[in-house]
Amino acid sequence: MSLLELHGVEARYGPVKALHGVSLQVADGEMVAVLGANGAGKTTTLRAISGTVRRSGEVVFAGKKLSRRPDSTARAGIAHVPEGRGTFGELSVWENLRLGAYTRRVNLKQEAQRVYKFFPRLEERRDQQAGTLSGGEQQMLALGRAMMARPKLLLLDEPSLGLAPIVVGQIFAVLERMKSDEGISVLVVEQNASLALAHAARAYVLEVGNVVVEGTSDELRANEAVRKSYLGY
Amino acid sequence: MVVAAFTWTEFAQQLAAGIREGAIYAGLALAIVIIYRSTRVINFAQGEMATFTTFIAWSLMNHGLSFWTAFPIVLAIAFTGGVAIERIVIRPVEDAPVLTIVIVTLGLALLLNGLTSVIWGGANRQFHGPFSTRTIDVAGVPVSVQDIGIVLVSIGLVAVLALFFRFTKVGLALRAAAVNPDSSRLVGIRVGWTFALGWGIAAVLGAVAGMMIAPVVFLDPNMMQTILLYAFAAAVLGGLDSPLGAVVGGILLGVTITLLGRYVGFLGSTLKLPAALMLIFIVLLVRPSGLFGRVAVRRV
Amino acid sequence: MRSRLWIGLAGFAVLALVIAALPRFISDFRARELAIVGMYFIALLGLSVLTGYSGQISLGHGAFMAIGGYTTAVLSVDGIYGHQIRDLWTIPIAGMVAGVAGLLVGLPALRLSGLYLALITFGIAVSLPQLPKKFDQFLGGTTGKILNLAKPPFGLATTANNWIYYITWGIALVLLVAAWLLVGSKAGRALKAVRDSEVAATSSGVSLATYKTLAFGISAFYAGIAGSLYAIANAYVNPDVFPIILSVYLVVGLAVGGLESLVGLIAGAGLIYFLQNHADSVAGWINHLPVFNLDPKQPGIPSMIFGVVLIVVMLLVPTGVGGLVRRAFGPLTSRLYTRS
Repeated sequence: MSLLELHGVEARYGPVKALHGVSLQVADGEMVAVLGANGAGKTTTLRAISGTVRRSGEVVFAGKKLSRRPDSTARAGIAHVPEGRGTFGELSVWENLRLGAYTRRVNLKQEAQRVYKFFPRLEERRDQQAGTLSGGEQQMLALGRAMMARPKLLLLDEPSLGLAPIVVGQIFAVLERMKSDEGISVLVVEQNASLALAHAARAYVLEVGNVVVEGTSDELRANEAVRKSYLGY
Repeated sequence: MVVAAFTWTEFAQQLAAGIREGAIYAGLALAIVIIYRSTRVINFAQGEMATFTTFIAWSLMNHGLSFWTAFPIVLAIAFTGGVAIERIVIRPVEDAPVLTIVIVTLGLALLLNGLTSVIWGGANRQFHGPFSTRTIDVAGVPVSVQDIGIVLVSIGLVAVLALFFRFTKVGLALRAAAVNPDSSRLVGIRVGWTFALGWGIAAVLGAVAGMMIAPVVFLDPNMMQTILLYAFAAAVLGGLDSPLGAVVGGILLGVTITLLGRYVGFLGSTLKLPAALMLIFIVLLVRPSGLFGRVAVRRV
Repeated sequence: MRSRLWIGLAGFAVLALVIAALPRFISDFRARELAIVGMYFIALLGLSVLTGYSGQISLGHGAFMAIGGYTTAVLSVDGIYGHQIRDLWTIPIAGMVAGVAGLLVGLPALRLSGLYLALITFGIAVSLPQLPKKFDQFLGGTTGKILNLAKPPFGLATTANNWIYYITWGIALVLLVAAWLLVGSKAGRALKAVRDSEVAATSSGVSLATYKTLAFGISAFYAGIAGSLYAIANAYVNPDVFPIILSVYLVVGLAVGGLESLVGLIAGAGLIYFLQNHADSVAGWINHLPVFNLDPKQPGIPSMIFGVVLIVVMLLVPTGVGGLVRRAFGPLTSRLYTRS
């Protein structure tokens, strides 16, 4: 049984249609990648799921039809880390984390400790203004905030963007642990196809708002067209 | 420059008068800051909203209610009104250019001012505040109980608000929604309602400010207009997103204007305000976000 | 691009012709009214350079109009060393003086962002009317100064009001061309870059400071000219001629008219004139609607009506009348419209 199912989802920005009927699935505890060139509709797909962009078509989450409003999808257990991290720059690191747990009634200190275990750097910078953190630290903060929500599904938009390879490695290591320790499903959008395929079980390739290839990572790596266009060999 | 004969007693009196003036501006400045802090909108109708609710208080008291009985009723009405105004008038233009929103609040001010005149007429009225007007002796300086009451109320409000914003979940949500509405939605905050809440709280603050001021200046529909100007100046001086700044700014402004008026002869009463504004301008040059305003950090 | 240029020129020519021919068909009084609309149009033109192009909001441009008006008054009544200066010659001087004042405000204004700037400029609008009261020997105090009535130059057979109309709109057209050239020039593009993204502009080498200050100066210059013309038309100045609320009206006119459309600016100018002078008639109109039975004389009704009108208009057309017109008449618009 899938955690997330998209059936023929369409989305538009004003007069421009960005998604022309995208269907995909994510199972429990699975990491799935969405690949494609710039403008293919990867970010839009995530936005369509979280409700940040107007969509039509069916989205089923945990067996129920998913609301179209971002604050409701958050309550349903979806955490979306958008392009550009989406951190609250003027608030402190600690306040950012607090906001992550907004929809839950929990002991904030304990939850934060969990996050600090994964990202000790954040604990050091607890009271610092989030906007002054480096790119890598902001990505950690964004992930930490998502973790505070204990989501069932994590939507990640281009986590590797603008980050040094070492930092990217750390981040994906954390993602693997989140998956194994807590059974969180991850839908990750990445331009770095080989990185994504190394971690994800399955992947979808988008082109101009349509799914053109789908399959397991192995299948995609063996696919000649995918190799040539996205893996570079 | 003519500096008149200086006595410490008189200075203390002027200082006290200045603080009292300042506390008056501070109340309204606080309301302005709250709306700005939670919605990033400057509400030019703040003064008129306060006047309107004060008139409601007057009407209630005219029908026999005591001040303290009418007080919570007025606050409840103010809160509901603030929320309603935000949802009905401001929400449709939330995403419009700043200029548009400015005009809408100006229109709102005109509307409320006219409505107040129509319902209650333009005559001056006496408003009996909660504090007695007798004076007591504070270190040799006669100070009225009312003045002390006004200052204490202002400080109390600031304290409550600061605690609210800093330590409560809702307060954090209000701040977050103003700073980054998109991300706020992604964490589950209903941004529209946080805006409405901000307006509700500000309306309550305005109502309190109005009820503090009315006993001092007499109640009429245009009561708040000049005070609003001073309140804006105070809010800017203190930093538009700092409640503490609003009160400190207000008191500093009140003291400065009073002292300038008394001790710098050539300014007279006509140039007090321009001089004070000039000083604020200079402060802003040094600290562009006001005394306590948070400087927005932009990482490029 | 070339065709846009020709369309722009054609539009301009039509406008000029209409302006030139109009007085023949309208009453003397109407000509005067349209002249005053023209003055507000000039002020709005300047304000649109500031807000529309460099993105700075000013709630104090009435003050610059006042500076222009008072300069003209002082020069034509008291003159320099006793020589009175002919009213027409004072116009450019008034513009310059206001422009310099604008630069003086614009320079420190660089440090302030959006709302802080708006509130400080509002402070200027509030403070300035106090100056004539303080320096009453020089500036006439509350009674103000009285100018000589404007007269058409010797030999020109036209009424005083028509003369003012032609002078005003002539200047307006010249200034319109100037603004048009400015917007298309390197400086104009720099201004637009500043408005759209200060960060990007700075990193492309645009000197933020220069252009933002320049925008203030230019807009103040325009306002000064408008104020000067107003003083001439009015034949007197005192603090009530340029009240605080004028700065508010200017911003209202700009917002309702729309930031970047020529037609919108003219509409906005018309609105300001209306607000200043015909407040009570609106109440009279509303009474024609069956539901309402309002007493227009009752204080408060005009305010309420204007408040509601402002709110409703901005709710319906957030980008102003001009934005609406632009969408309807896309290809006919001139260079001032385009957000290119």
